[in-house]
Amino acid sequence: MDAVILQVLNGLDKGSAYALIALGLTLIFGTLGVVNFAHGALFMIGAFCAVTLQRILTFSYSVIDETQKDFLGNPLKVETPYVVSWFGEATGNSIIDWSVPLAILFSIPVMIAVGFTMERGLIKHFYKRPHADQILVTFGLAIVLQEIVKAYYGANPIPTPAPDALTGSFDFGVLIGFGENAIIYPIWRLVYFFFALAIIFMVFAFLRFTTFGMVVRAGMADRETVGLLGINIDRRFTIMFAVAACVAGVAGVMYTPINSPNYHMGMDFLVLSFVVVVVGGMGSLPGAVLAGFLLGVLEAFASMNEIKAIVPGIDQIIIYLVAIAILLTRPRGLMGRRGVMEE
Amino acid sequence: MGILEVKGVNKRFGGLRALADVNLTVAENSLHAIIGPNGAGKSTLLNCLVGKLVPDTGSVMFDGQSVLGQTPHEINQMGISRVFQTPEIFADLTVRENVMIPCFAKRDGTFRMRAIRKVDAEAEINEMAEKILVDVNMQDRIDHHAGSLSRGDKRRLEIAMCLVQRPRLLLLDEPTAGMARADTNRTIDLLKEIHANRDITVAIIEHDMHVVFSLAERITVLAQGSPLVEDTPDNIKGHPKVREAYLGEAH
Amino acid sequence: MIGLNRKDALLFITVTVLVILAPFILNPFPEGTAMAQMFNAGYPDLMQRFVIFGILVIGFNILFGLTGYLSFGHAAFLGIGSYSAVWMFKLLSYNVVPAIILAIVVSGIASLIIGYIALRRTGIYFSILTLALAQMCFNLAYSVLGNPQKGINLTNGETGLQVYTSDPQYLMGENAPELPHLFGLVMRDSLELEIGSWAFTLNAGYYLCGVIMLATFYLSIRIFRSPFGLMLRAVKSNQQRLSYTGLNTRPYTLCAFVVSGMYAGLAGGLLSSMDPLAGAERMHWTASGEIVIMAILGGAGTLIGPILGSGFIEYFKNILSKINDNLLHQWLSFLPDGLEDALVWVLHFFVGKGWHLTLGILFMLVVIFLPGGLVELGKRTGGLFDRFRNAAEGSGKERNQSPRKAAE
Repeated sequence: MDAVILQVLNGLDKGSAYALIALGLTLIFGTLGVVNFAHGALFMIGAFCAVTLQRILTFSYSVIDETQKDFLGNPLKVETPYVVSWFGEATGNSIIDWSVPLAILFSIPVMIAVGFTMERGLIKHFYKRPHADQILVTFGLAIVLQEIVKAYYGANPIPTPAPDALTGSFDFGVLIGFGENAIIYPIWRLVYFFFALAIIFMVFAFLRFTTFGMVVRAGMADRETVGLLGINIDRRFTIMFAVAACVAGVAGVMYTPINSPNYHMGMDFLVLSFVVVVVGGMGSLPGAVLAGFLLGVLEAFASMNEIKAIVPGIDQIIIYLVAIAILLTRPRGLMGRRGVMEE
Repeated sequence: MGILEVKGVNKRFGGLRALADVNLTVAENSLHAIIGPNGAGKSTLLNCLVGKLVPDTGSVMFDGQSVLGQTPHEINQMGISRVFQTPEIFADLTVRENVMIPCFAKRDGTFRMRAIRKVDAEAEINEMAEKILVDVNMQDRIDHHAGSLSRGDKRRLEIAMCLVQRPRLLLLDEPTAGMARADTNRTIDLLKEIHANRDITVAIIEHDMHVVFSLAERITVLAQGSPLVEDTPDNIKGHPKVREAYLGEAH
Repeated sequence: MIGLNRKDALLFITVTVLVILAPFILNPFPEGTAMAQMFNAGYPDLMQRFVIFGILVIGFNILFGLTGYLSFGHAAFLGIGSYSAVWMFKLLSYNVVPAIILAIVVSGIASLIIGYIALRRTGIYFSILTLALAQMCFNLAYSVLGNPQKGINLTNGETGLQVYTSDPQYLMGENAPELPHLFGLVMRDSLELEIGSWAFTLNAGYYLCGVIMLATFYLSIRIFRSPFGLMLRAVKSNQQRLSYTGLNTRPYTLCAFVVSGMYAGLAGGLLSSMDPLAGAERMHWTASGEIVIMAILGGAGTLIGPILGSGFIEYFKNILSKINDNLLHQWLSFLPDGLEDALVWVLHFFVGKGWHLTLGILFMLVVIFLPGGLVELGKRTGGLFDRFRNAAEGSGKERNQSPRKAAE
């Protein structure tokens, strides 16, 4: 039992990332009718926002400290981040320590800018073009974005640790009535899960309870009719694109302590997020979220040693197999509606 | 016995009852019009006949065979051809190719892999295509891109594509919608000629009364998803129920 | 003429002549010069890639160009073909014929399975499904089926599949060559020609691939002009009308998918025949993306487009990856120092290892401004030239343009 719960927990962090990316993909697809192959790149840019902020915060000047000597006996150069000298030792260091959560604030304006530029500068011109062209141009953009990041940050993963207070593990089993050390779980992963839940909740609330959201939902259901009502949908859709970019971006920011970001992380996640969207049902927001968590957990179970002993390597392909099975039995996915992507 | 027998067909979309207990018989070799105000269920009915929609209950028999559960291409192979409200043609292909495709479908069935033989070498198919284009008076546009034709020509091309298959039943969905009067009249003449010279039963869904009364032999009036009356055009003209249905819409 | 109409026959003959003369055409600069180092492309390895990727994209074009179904997973079939061929080398002998045959058969079966699943949906869905299924094949090849320690080892995982001396090679003759060969003609053998200061390499492997490429090109022309090809174009143009015309679209698209998958498998088999190695990286989605780029860049749906596109990309990939900072400094040395450094710094990102960035940008530009690819560019420049000539002649009577005729 405790092993089962542990695997469910293990699947939640990846599942959260899938769910958040798939949510953004579905939003963009449902509103703009465009499949955004560059959506993984937005996730990756978000992650590198965290890297960038960390670099900015640790931007240092060096002072030669005569009182200390290095091992050659020369005066030691001490690197002091500007932040530390401005805010003092304690505050400065804790700002650096908390750079990943702070990067959320940093990433939101960046992602809005990126999303806005992408939509207005490029994707807008592709609404009337065939789907193949939309796929191709966003795919090209994804390559360009990831190559730029690679050129600037290099090809190696860059470690971006979580705040000290949130690193390490805690005994989750005790909380729910198991013995000690039954379920040990990293704190940050749980943080990530709750963070993802909060974001998902915010997106749904936004769509549910605001006029803006109502129009967007109506637009997702029937674009033409809403257009006939004289509502300027295009502007709203631009905003929706920026929102989706933000969701992907913050998902990327918070993911960095779990896996050190590298330039191709976006595409790795994108392929699986597409599978998530297909399984959940194209155009269905709850479907995307549900399928994201489901497949994340499934992947975690498949990577258990007991399972891998029976079917070696099953963890690498389980998601695809499930997607195929679902597609053959329920062609519209778990929660897909009729009429979406039928032609 | 009619060539097309619709019995007790119901179709719901969520809470909306689009078709309510529709019974309809189209006699062989007749020219039958289905009219009715907007939202009467005309297009839904048509979609049920060609396999695009499946009715919730009821039966649709074509020449003694059920069409329910059949795919559109199977229904076409049974001998039902459909003309759409907005012309559905192969816009990227030439007029000749547009007409050749139904010829292939007629001769080779739903699928046949002929990857090496040349299209140009299919003399019989080419002949059929050229002949039908002469019939609809489009022979001078044979090598044009279908997408570059005028709307009236697109409609005539689409009708030619259906005719070349020698269907037993030709279904037309508002064939003159959005056409100028001259084009409309030419289309009426074409349909009259088709009906007179070929053994094709024609069922037409139409909004335009001018078209209906200059063509139809029998008329079914559909209102709110069920047939109101069915009679000859002369009797329909002054029928109080029909008037009511249309006037009701005007209010 | 040769079963083609005049225009197609002319095109085919032109391509044939180009393939035969490529070792000469691609080496325009005398041996040993700086220009030769940079721009000469007449060496066997690169020329083989030209024709092999030509085959791959010709096949891809039968699917994408004719039906409009954008497959994002064609590299999977390339990889499957490569592995199959290497297995033939391991089991039978280094003769390339069984290798190529098995490559085609296995990739045909794989494309039948993948096509059957993916073609249940159309449009974007189809692209996503092919992408996902191909990525699954990549994972299978990279880790699941390639674990030397336990279970089945079909692909040898990260290391890649290669031939070892311990392999059985049941049909290996006494004096048979230890390298891939066609009934004794070793693929790596070349005839070196030196004419003046020029050097040309006539490579056996290149000519084998070239002949096969011409055969596949011929087949693709026949498919384009066949009733089958007509149906595929009809699928792209209006699938709804096609099914209301009594034709079942799915077997047509599935056939196109399998044919193009077999083309890709053939290309993979040839890659392994030139160099008996197969690795999973050939199946990665980036490789699939590259195939799409080649097809679009050349001009999807045209006959010559795939050959132009694959040649262009392979050639520039080769050149761009050769350029480095030193070379840039050398070229730009005529500029003032500051400007030179700045320009080199900028260009640095686009050359050498950064050529992917150039590729991505080029790709976007083509999709945005030139959806018809190089073929359309050619037509447009041709049209521009005609207009220019007409204007120069100054005769107003040339104005009566004939009604727009179909190009093909």
